Amino acid sequence: MSEISNQLENLSYKAQQIANEASQLASSVVDTSGGHSDFIIFGITVLVLACFVGYYVVWSVTPALHSPLMGVTNAISSVIIVGALLAAGPIDSTISKYFGLVAVGLAAVNIFGGFVVTNRMLSMFKKK
Amino acid sequence: MSNLTTAAYLISSVLFILSLRGLSHPSTARRGNFLGILGMTIAIVTTLANPGVLSYKEIGIAFLIGGLIGTSIAVRIQMTALPQLVAAFHSLVGLAAVFVAASAYYNPSAFNIGNVGAIPMGSLIEMSIGTAIGAVTFTGSIIAFGKLQGFVSGNPLVFKGQHFLNLLLGLGIIALIVKFCIDQNQELFWLIVAASFVIGVLLIVPIGGADMPVIVSMLNSYSGWAAAGIGFTLSNNLLIITGALVGSSGAILSYIMCKGMNRSFLNVLLGGFGGEQAASADGVKDDRQAKQGNAADAAFMMKNSKTIIIVPGYGMAVAQAQHALREMGDLLKAAGAEVRYAIHPVAGRMPGHMNVLLAEANVPYDEVLELDEINRDFSETDVAFVIGANDVTNPAAKTDKTSAIYGMPILDVENAGQVFFVKRGMASGYAGVQNELFFRDNTLMLFGDAKKVCEDIIKGLEN
Repeated sequence: MSEISNQLENLSYKAQQIANEASQLASSVVDTSGGHSDFIIFGITVLVLACFVGYYVVWSVTPALHSPLMGVTNAISSVIIVGALLAAGPIDSTISKYFGLVAVGLAAVNIFGGFVVTNRMLSMFKKK
Repeated sequence: MSNLTTAAYLISSVLFILSLRGLSHPSTARRGNFLGILGMTIAIVTTLANPGVLSYKEIGIAFLIGGLIGTSIAVRIQMTALPQLVAAFHSLVGLAAVFVAASAYYNPSAFNIGNVGAIPMGSLIEMSIGTAIGAVTFTGSIIAFGKLQGFVSGNPLVFKGQHFLNLLLGLGIIALIVKFCIDQNQELFWLIVAASFVIGVLLIVPIGGADMPVIVSMLNSYSGWAAAGIGFTLSNNLLIITGALVGSSGAILSYIMCKGMNRSFLNVLLGGFGGEQAASADGVKDDRQAKQGNAADAAFMMKNSKTIIIVPGYGMAVAQAQHALREMGDLLKAAGAEVRYAIHPVAGRMPGHMNVLLAEANVPYDEVLELDEINRDFSETDVAFVIGANDVTNPAAKTDKTSAIYGMPILDVENAGQVFFVKRGMASGYAGVQNELFFRDNTLMLFGDAKKVCEDIIKGLEN
């Protein structure tokens, strides 16, 4: 018993070391990539990989559920609310803040509408 | 962005992926939807915790108003009106993208992209592309909504020089974007928005009503790319990942729909297909007589059948006949027949529309089958009952090379022992092509409103 616990302790110590090294590596990457211009390459990498994930996930959706798929994708595309919230965030009253607030409202219609209507559709699919 | 925020956004992204993954089977789909809600909640709460977000009261009010409107529409909407609802929702995502981009332009420091008048070039490019896609999505979806709802004529609107005008406008937008990235002028920003609004309208008006499944899917895709575009402006991976998921989902659905019609995406986009023009172009008078039956005959014959396949189409949705149809199916099952439903990929006005309508009428999903799953079985089936579908059953698509629908995958209903074809009149289908099936020996036409015919058959079965 004690041997196993010793080994575990050893392992967890090693894991911690690796994690430390990894985080150091990550921070050095952040240090060298200063500013926004580097994000474009990083962002495109993420975009391309996400397209592949999307491709495989969506092909696995059963055709019977293509309407709910549109409902869900509609709802999650309103994740644009993240940008709207940042825009609406400042205390001062500027035109850009009001644009943000309108966008928050529009995205909220979609989020609630999309998820509620999808749930309504899915609740109707029953087995024999 | 702090590490904690980044981690939370990553969790949201993973939850969104799992949410789509859940839709691979009806039994896991509701959990998938729940994971999507969870992902969205995490994304919103994380953003609210951002030190730059302070105006909680106003945000709360805007969120509440939007939420109430969205919920009350979604609770009340009839399932037959789903396609126009989805189109309307897409327009909102597009408009939201335009507003976020405008906001970033007027107050770039809130997004960490420099100061007014001194926004870095990369951010300007991303911003203007996101704006243009969002604006096209907005007006395009509104026209699609109008066509589906009947506010705008479903007939394709075609005029001379249309494609040239679109090309000109497209090039104009690119020129405006280039100039905007150099000058950062606010008039130019709004000119990009205005020109994109116009091109959104022009792109969708030439497209006929029954091509709307492709268009609704395409706009779904655009709304995703708009979100991804804003994600680049914000340097936010969550928006990029989600945008890519939605974008590829819409693109795949468009592809499936085009394949279901054996038409290229470009052919659909160029428009002008279907509607009255195509019908008159076909022109040739047909003197052949189709055999006509009545509901009592159909009831009698189906009662004595062992296997029945029902083929629903958009006409069933228009007539709201799904409940009467299910009741008819139940009576036939009680009489000892095996009843199944065959769905063509492009049946209805959006992908999967028929499945939802049948589910709404309490048809178990394991009785509803796709074209590939059921097409072989028609030859061993006693009765095929076609209700509200037309072009998707036309055998000419397999044999007549001159037909407008040649090569389109078809449900082989003509192989069934007996075909009943419920139809309002002898008019040709959407593609403007006469259906060969009407003149086959084993076809009996049942003229009348789909719902009325089903109810009459139910009466016949009960006697």
